[in-house]
Order: sequence, then structure tokens, then C-alpha cells
Amino acid sequence: MRRLLSLHALLVYLFLYGPILVIVALSFNESRRGVRFSGFTLDWYRALFQDPRVLEYFLNTLTVALVSTLVSTVLGTLLALGMVRYRFWGKALLRYLLYVPVVVPDVVMGISLLLLFAFSRELFGFPRLSLLTVILGHITFQLAFVTLVVRSRLLLLDPALEEAARDLGARGFQTFLYVTLPLAWPGVAAGALLALTLSLDDFVVTFFTAGPGATTLPLYIYSSVKLGVSPKVHALSTLIVGLSAVFLALGYALSRRRV
Amino acid sequence: MNEAATPGQRILRVLVTVGPGGLWLFLFVLLPSLLVLLASFLSRGPYGELGLPLGLHNYARALQPVYLEAFAQSLLVGVWATLLSALLGYPLAFYIARHPKRDLLLFLLLLPFLTNFLIRVYAWLVLLQREGLVNAFLGAFGLGPFAFYPSFGAVLLATVYTFLPFFVLPVYASVERLDWQLLEAAYDLGARPFRAFLHAVLPQTYPGLFAGSVLVFIPAMGTFVVADLLGAGRVVLIGNLIQQQFGVTRDWAFGAALSVFLMGFVLLSLYLYARIQGERGLEELV
Repeated sequence: MRRLLSLHALLVYLFLYGPILVIVALSFNESRRGVRFSGFTLDWYRALFQDPRVLEYFLNTLTVALVSTLVSTVLGTLLALGMVRYRFWGKALLRYLLYVPVVVPDVVMGISLLLLFAFSRELFGFPRLSLLTVILGHITFQLAFVTLVVRSRLLLLDPALEEAARDLGARGFQTFLYVTLPLAWPGVAAGALLALTLSLDDFVVTFFTAGPGATTLPLYIYSSVKLGVSPKVHALSTLIVGLSAVFLALGYALSRRRV
Repeated sequence: MNEAATPGQRILRVLVTVGPGGLWLFLFVLLPSLLVLLASFLSRGPYGELGLPLGLHNYARALQPVYLEAFAQSLLVGVWATLLSALLGYPLAFYIARHPKRDLLLFLLLLPFLTNFLIRVYAWLVLLQREGLVNAFLGAFGLGPFAFYPSFGAVLLATVYTFLPFFVLPVYASVERLDWQLLEAAYDLGARPFRAFLHAVLPQTYPGLFAGSVLVFIPAMGTFVVADLLGAGRVVLIGNLIQQQFGVTRDWAFGAALSVFLMGFVLLSLYLYARIQGERGLEELV
């Protein structure tokens, strides 16, 4: 029984890694088409780095990810704090709204934002679809995830610690800065990391909210793939896989250190 | 809770903490959802713009057989993807949870998952193409070459591939919390392994199974990218129809009505899930 379980696990891991490893191998393959390995080459990487558009798309992706992660982490942390600490009018509605971006399929999220921007442009003349609208869209789904992650961390904290800070004379903001925030920090960091990953991975929301000049790497991959399989995309994919491995390994190392 | 604060201070604190995020959710989640609902009652103008008259015509159109078929296809992808994920993911969750190096195994499970979604779909395009690895492998036995895509099977395969970790993680969480003493008790009472599993282990993993099913079913039903690339027009899901209305066809009103349909379906499945799982069900999904 145990051996059967091991075999099953082995096969599933093969299933998970096989396709990705094939892409990595093909990115070094001289042959343009097919899977026959005709020789090792770095030509596809060279072609990738010599394409100025790819650098532009990379910078767009990075700009969107960093700006949206920063904004969503700040707003989400504050929102989580307010929702855990205070009672206020409309809290129930807010709780439902937080779940919407989590459960709604991306297509629906994408078109609803597109409609919002279109209506707003009709009425107020802005915003034009651009990198800005992509960022607004990303913040929207990231905000929900950050808030939920930070909130679950805050719910674990002992309220006595904040009371002690106040008894010792700390004012609201001081308590937040010196007591609450450091204690909630792992949750905030986890939320930010999740937000960053979601932004880097997102294709659908970007697809609907991007205008001319706002092409990101996923959009570029999509349009190249629509034209057919290409070794340049293999090379780009390999780089992205490598980068995510590094990021995840860092996160993994950090999480182990804390224990 | 905060006795020292005056009512004014309290309002200020709520405004500072909840204000910006709450306003954001109002502007970018609630308002757009209402706009989709509004647009679904409007009509397509001569240039693809939204216009009057108001009516239920988009919904009537969505009930035509062509569109219902896309709904049925999506449902089929959702159900099949969930079943296959369960078949692959359920035993895997047990293996990981009971392995001495489970941290590493979880890490290895998450790694492909955090690799860009499009790349994971693209990988299957590469494998299943005419000169791809699968055909090369089969060719060694004198079989093929086959045209594996565009096809329903290819769409399903890539869907399972991309969403499988969504299934494993919640099941893993419930296996970790499992009370193994119940299994021993079942053995002590003379149960054979299968019966013991059925009565002592399986029920304890229901929360994870339900959560995993919802997490696979909803995105599998709602995606348009996988069917777009691996179905190449042959497999049309509801997500593809919505995307087409907002792209080439430019019939935003009809696209909005289809979205409302899809959302209704998602909410219905979440409602059923919440009924089975109770109040805490939704919270555990995240």
C-alpha cells in the first residue's frame, strides 16, 4: 500500500515537472521545430536579449507588480486592521466584497473593470486604457488577498499586548507602529509576497485592462503563442521558471528560519 | 475595546484604516459588478457601443442552444477536472503529509504552480503538437502521429495540470489535522483496511475535499485561456464566449449577460458548498 502511494506520488511529480523540463531543454536546442535534440545553443537567449521590446515588456511587468503590490499591501494591511479592531456601518458588505475577487472567474473580473473604465471615460474623459488601468486592476484583486491573509494573522494576536502598550502610555499610532505592525509582520510579508506573485502571473485582468504601450510579459507570451510554438518563448519561459524558483526558494528559506 | 478613545477618535481611526481600502472595494468591485448587471440589459449599438433599448433580450439569446452548449461544455470541463484532480491529488496529499521531508515536497508542489500560468499551458501545446514529444514517443512504437489538439481532452489535461495544486493544498491541510487514533480504533474493532479508511479517515478529509473541489471547479469552468490555446476554436467554453463579445464581436451587452449567467452559476456552487460546510466554509477557502 505504501509502495503504491509512493509510485503514485512519483508519477504525479513527473506529470508536474515533465512539461516544464521539456520547455527548459528545448530552449537550448539548436533545432527550431520538433523535439529532436540537434545540438546545444544559446541562440534563442541571444535573440531574446537583443529584442528591445522584451526589455520594455519586462519593465512594464515589473512596474505593474511593484506599484500594485506596494499600494495593495498598505491598503490591505490597514483594512484588515480596521476590520479586526472596529465595528462600523457597512462592515458586513465589506466582508462580502472582499470575497468577490477571490471567487469570481478572472474573465468576469476583467470585463467588469473594462466596463468601469469605459463608463468612466464616457462620463469624465479618463482613464485611457494604459499601464495605469492595469495597475488599478491588479490592486483590486491583490487587495482582497492581502486583506484576508493579514486579517487571519491579526486574529491570532493577543489583544492584551496592545492593551499593555496603551497602559504604558502609547497613543494609537505608536501602538500600531511599535506593537501591532511588528507582530503582524509575517502576515504582511506573506500577503505582499502573494500579491507580487499574483501580479506577475496575471494574464486575464491585464488582457482586458491594458491599452497600447502597456504590454506585459504574459501578454507577449500569449500573442507569440497564438502565432505558434517558438524557441524564443522557450527561452523566456525558462528564465521565468528559474526566477520563480529563486523567489520561492528564498521564501522557503525565510519561512524555515522563523521556526 | 479602546476605552481611552473619544467617539471622534474612533471615527477617525475607522476612516484611516478602513476608509481607503473600503473606498477601493466600493469603486473597483461593487460598482463594476453593478455596471455588468446594468450592461446586460442594454443593447449593442451600430458601432459596438452600449445603448438603449433596455430589455431581457440578451438573456433570451443566451438561452439559445449554441450558447447553452458552451455552458454544458464548461460544466463538463469543471466536473471532469475536479474528478481527475481528486484522483491525482487525494493520494498525493496523504503521501506528502506522512513524508518526513514534507516541507520539501510541498515546496516542489508549489514550484510549478508559481510558474506563470501561460507557460504551463504553453508547455502542453509544445508536448502535444504534431512534432511534439508525445507523438515522438508514440512514433517509437509505430503509432501516430496524432493530432492531439485542438480537442476536449487536451483542454482537460492542461486544466488539470494547472489547477491540481489548488486541490492538493486544502486536502493536505485536513490530512495534517487528521486524528489517526480513530483509524487504530477502527482496526481494534476489527475493520479491514478499506472499511477503516471509509469510516475513520475519509470523513475527516471532507472539508479539504470540498474546498479543493470548489477551488478547481470554479476556475476550470471560468477560464478562457486554456480552451483558447488548446481548443483553438474547437472547444468553446463560456469564458471564450465572454471574451469574444468583448473582443472581436464587440457586443458588450451580450457579453455582460453571459457573465451574469456564469456568476450566477459560481454563486450557486458556492452557496451549495456553504450549505454543506456551514458558516466557516467560505473562510477556509482562502
